[in-house]
Amino acid sequence: MSPSPLFRIVRAVALLAFAAYFFVPLLAMLDFSTQVRGSAPGRTWDNWQYVFTDDDFRASIVYSLLLALFTVVLMVALLVPTMVWVRLRVPRAKVLIEFLCLLPLTIPALVVVVGISNVYSWVTYLLGDSPLVLTFVYVVFVLPYAYRALDAALSSIDVATLAEAARSLGASWFTVIVRIIMPNITGGILGAAFIAVALVLGEYVAASLLHFDTLPVAMADIYRSNGPAAMAAALATMAVVSALLLGLTFLSRDRHKQGASS
Amino acid sequence: MTDRGLAVELSDLTRVYGSVRALDGLTLHMEPGELVALLGPSGCGKTTVLRILAGLDTATSGTVSVGGKDLTRVPANKRDMGMVFQAYSLFPHMTVIDNVGFGLKLRGSDSAGRRRRAGDMLDLVGLSEHADRYAHQLSGGQQQRVALARALAIEPSVLLLDEPLSALDAKVRVQLRDEIRRVQLEVGTTTLFVTHDQEEALAVADRVGVMNAGRLEQLAPPAELYSAPATRFVGEFVGLSNRLPATVAGGVASVLGREVPALDGSAPGDGFALVRPEAVSVVADEGGHATVTTVMFLGPLSRVTCTLDDGTDVVAQLASSEALRLQPGTRVRLTVDAVPVLVVA
Repeated sequence: MSPSPLFRIVRAVALLAFAAYFFVPLLAMLDFSTQVRGSAPGRTWDNWQYVFTDDDFRASIVYSLLLALFTVVLMVALLVPTMVWVRLRVPRAKVLIEFLCLLPLTIPALVVVVGISNVYSWVTYLLGDSPLVLTFVYVVFVLPYAYRALDAALSSIDVATLAEAARSLGASWFTVIVRIIMPNITGGILGAAFIAVALVLGEYVAASLLHFDTLPVAMADIYRSNGPAAMAAALATMAVVSALLLGLTFLSRDRHKQGASS
Repeated sequence: MTDRGLAVELSDLTRVYGSVRALDGLTLHMEPGELVALLGPSGCGKTTVLRILAGLDTATSGTVSVGGKDLTRVPANKRDMGMVFQAYSLFPHMTVIDNVGFGLKLRGSDSAGRRRRAGDMLDLVGLSEHADRYAHQLSGGQQQRVALARALAIEPSVLLLDEPLSALDAKVRVQLRDEIRRVQLEVGTTTLFVTHDQEEALAVADRVGVMNAGRLEQLAPPAELYSAPATRFVGEFVGLSNRLPATVAGGVASVLGREVPALDGSAPGDGFALVRPEAVSVVADEGGHATVTTVMFLGPLSRVTCTLDDGTDVVAQLASSEALRLQPGTRVRLTVDAVPVLVVA
């Protein structure tokens, strides 16, 4: 049965309203970042050029992208084996692990950062003062979301039977986790990565208080001195993050098509 | 039995979980190439035996050896045993051929050799045309056949089957049961088959072990297990048995007025004889000592339940042509055939 004309109109209006809600602010930002101020109004790409040519800003983009990558890798490396081990060997510890992983959600980021600032003095002393050391605190921040995504994925497969089948065929625990469990929870890992990337690229409190120049911190600095350039930076960031997240989404879909998550 | 299998020796195995004693000094010897089925009610410890042999669980005490080599402390991935699980265990992200070749890949087999061996194993279970499918594209029976091919591909020292048919429907179960036996005889691998299905155990095994409360009550060829149960538990658990009042004296049991040989282990004096329904004869007789209460038609055979004048129910299994002459309420005379019976206290 085809939808009635009234339903079609309501649907079109709802879609237009939805699109306007999202795109009007973005268009306003684009407009603001390309306006020429003063006596001769017009358009300029100077602010956009600044974003892509300023060395400090470019470095902050690279650091934030690397931070996102390292956070995802460390999060997966820590969480997946731990959760698999708990499911197979100490199921009673699941509640404790869940509690610990969800804890950062209940503590404001500011409190966490103030609490660990002294620890970070040692971290920077030992590992250098690169913003990449923020990876450790970002892993803590993404734990609650990553735990949920991975827990749902692990619940959808029979971890014990798959692991035991692989073990009986001669697989080491490393092989079990990397070649049997992880390919079957790709959806969960990508979901966790999705959240981690979004969180890391937008995190300001920890980076600012610990004095590291990540993308959000650099953007805030530009905003204080050059509003239109900050708008250009924000739009460019959104474009990059959207592209990354879209990439992850398509990767996840491809895995589903191959039957990996079936 | 072939010379390709290895002897398995489980000695005095005990497994304690908290306050529960899942295994209580179990000893089991399997000949090379033999198929032994472990049978018993839920929680009797049969799966624990298999998991300890596989290395997936650790015995509290006792030893496991295969081919004379002590494997008690060897981890599961170094034991070289193929296992088929009750739950579907194919790796969902791999095709059928990759599943079968997985164990070979771990052993460093090259791609061509792996594909050839996996193909041979799929031929063995009749699924070579499904080589490029994923697990979710197969039926339950096909998945278990692939799991069998995968377990056999690595040429295991022992094949372990943990209730592999219990998730399948009745028809597929019988087909696959026969196929497992055919394949096992063909490859000659020593096999331990755990099941709670008596028919399954009796049909495929060279010897059947009946377990109860962590102990092996009896290990014997199927026919012997059925006809000469060693303990009351075995007599009552395997097949149907009537418990009829009996008296034992000098190796002879008197049951329903007839003297029959008493099996070793029978309790002397007054007790109850465990008599199979097919060993009970029913003859219509107005002066008899029992009355027919129900006649259940089961195809070529029928099950006739009679009540003795003292109130004891007796079940007899008769040819349907014979049983249909009997109606509920018919007075009958019951006798037992002259086969050995176990008399318990």
